[in-house]
Amino acid sequence: MYQFSKNNVPLYSKQRLDSKMAQKILLNSKDIHIILHRLACQLLENHIDFSNTVLVGLQPRGTFLANRISQILKEEYNIQNLKLGQLDITFFRDDFRRRDEPLEANSTNLNFTIENKKVVLVDDVLFSGRSIRSALTAIQSFGRPDSVELLVLIDRRFSRHLPIQPNYKGRQVDVINSEKVKVIWKENNKKDAVYLINNN
Amino acid sequence: MKQLSVTHLLGIKYLKQQDIDLIFETANHFKEVINRPIKKVPSLRDITIANLFFENSTRTKLSFELAEKRLSADIINFSAAQSSVKKGETLIDTVNNILSMKVDIVVMRHPNVGAGVFLSKHINAKIINAGDGAHEHPTQALLDSYSIKENLGSVKGKKVVIIGDILHSRVALSNIYALQIQGAKVKVCGPTTLIPKHIESLGVSVETNLKKALHWCDVANVLRVQHERMDINYFPSIREYTQLFGINKELLDSLGKEIVIMHPGPINRGVEITSDVADSKQSIILNQVENGVAIRMAVIYLLAQQIKPD
Repeated sequence: MYQFSKNNVPLYSKQRLDSKMAQKILLNSKDIHIILHRLACQLLENHIDFSNTVLVGLQPRGTFLANRISQILKEEYNIQNLKLGQLDITFFRDDFRRRDEPLEANSTNLNFTIENKKVVLVDDVLFSGRSIRSALTAIQSFGRPDSVELLVLIDRRFSRHLPIQPNYKGRQVDVINSEKVKVIWKENNKKDAVYLINNN
Repeated sequence: MKQLSVTHLLGIKYLKQQDIDLIFETANHFKEVINRPIKKVPSLRDITIANLFFENSTRTKLSFELAEKRLSADIINFSAAQSSVKKGETLIDTVNNILSMKVDIVVMRHPNVGAGVFLSKHINAKIINAGDGAHEHPTQALLDSYSIKENLGSVKGKKVVIIGDILHSRVALSNIYALQIQGAKVKVCGPTTLIPKHIESLGVSVETNLKKALHWCDVANVLRVQHERMDINYFPSIREYTQLFGINKELLDSLGKEIVIMHPGPINRGVEITSDVADSKQSIILNQVENGVAIRMAVIYLLAQQIKPD
């Protein structure tokens, strides 16, 4: 519990102050704005009018990025009828019963078939690659896609457990395992930013 | 966190509101899963489940089996009719023999009240009660409440009448517990001989006039008359039962409001409910069946979550 000073401002403990100081900004709102537009352009180069392509945001955090990219494609590049879905991978994960905390599922909304479609999976941070492995299995429950690509905002190099690489990446970062990359979006945090947090 | 407060599903009376909420929330996800082109998830691929049915069952057994397969569990089925139980083996021996095959979860239906509780004290596996005598049938009550919630938006404050053979019904008792935990008002209606004495002590009211009961309720859960459990005559004739407690279209039309009709099955068409009512759009009988698979997947998944890998 925090102690309060006379003017009712919380006095943070030393440990908390340290952990606050160990937070470093990797990308600010402006960086993210530029990166999102670049990613949208890269998608456009490969998918042109998106008539045979679907964007699938991975629950929970990839959905913000997928929404943002689809918004840019619609509003600034005039892409009509862009198909956007959300995929939850909880029941396909490989750590069920192997974690201390139970897994929490989110909703899946894919109101279209992916049979013979080009699927672009969208997630915020690519770390071990296990979520993407689960997503590759999960997406097959909805049909046989023509191809599957991966778009991520942050690619954490050197931390992969599986042979999975992104096709489109916002920024590649070298981060040690005790550090955490945190992406926040203005939809729920007032601003867009990517932080590097040291847990030690 | 998101865990059940119980380690087995032996009856609704052991559950809390949060457990029911968690089961419903998980079932929502599984309902979406079973409507995909490929209706299967790999979560339980290293779990083995034994379905032990010491009493006949068609739909509950099928529903559990399908739920287990949709979760990718390995399953073994056992029914008393073809087993060593007939040769005099005890329940614990039978189950221990099956457990030596490395079974993690046991789904059991048994004619004796409390069989699940007894087993849970003696063996090392998760037990799911699929009906014990005239005591509890928890997954049925959960799917009934889930169907009410799906249809009417919530269970809280709803008026539910359970009609028919309350005395021999495990569905009735589990439903009473489940509905009350969720804040619904419950009434039972049937011939006096088929209503257990002192049922008011559970907090339910009793009505013997079907029309009055239907006027009062938002949902009518119609039960089957369980002839196989009746050793004596509880009412003069089926014809008389149908006249007094059978639900037909004219009766429903005369209410001036639309109520939801439920039935746990199997239906005796023309006895407790007529075909035109069972097949009408007021009836959610087939939704109950679909929801049954989702609810059972949720229960199995949440219990399996508590099993640590070897």
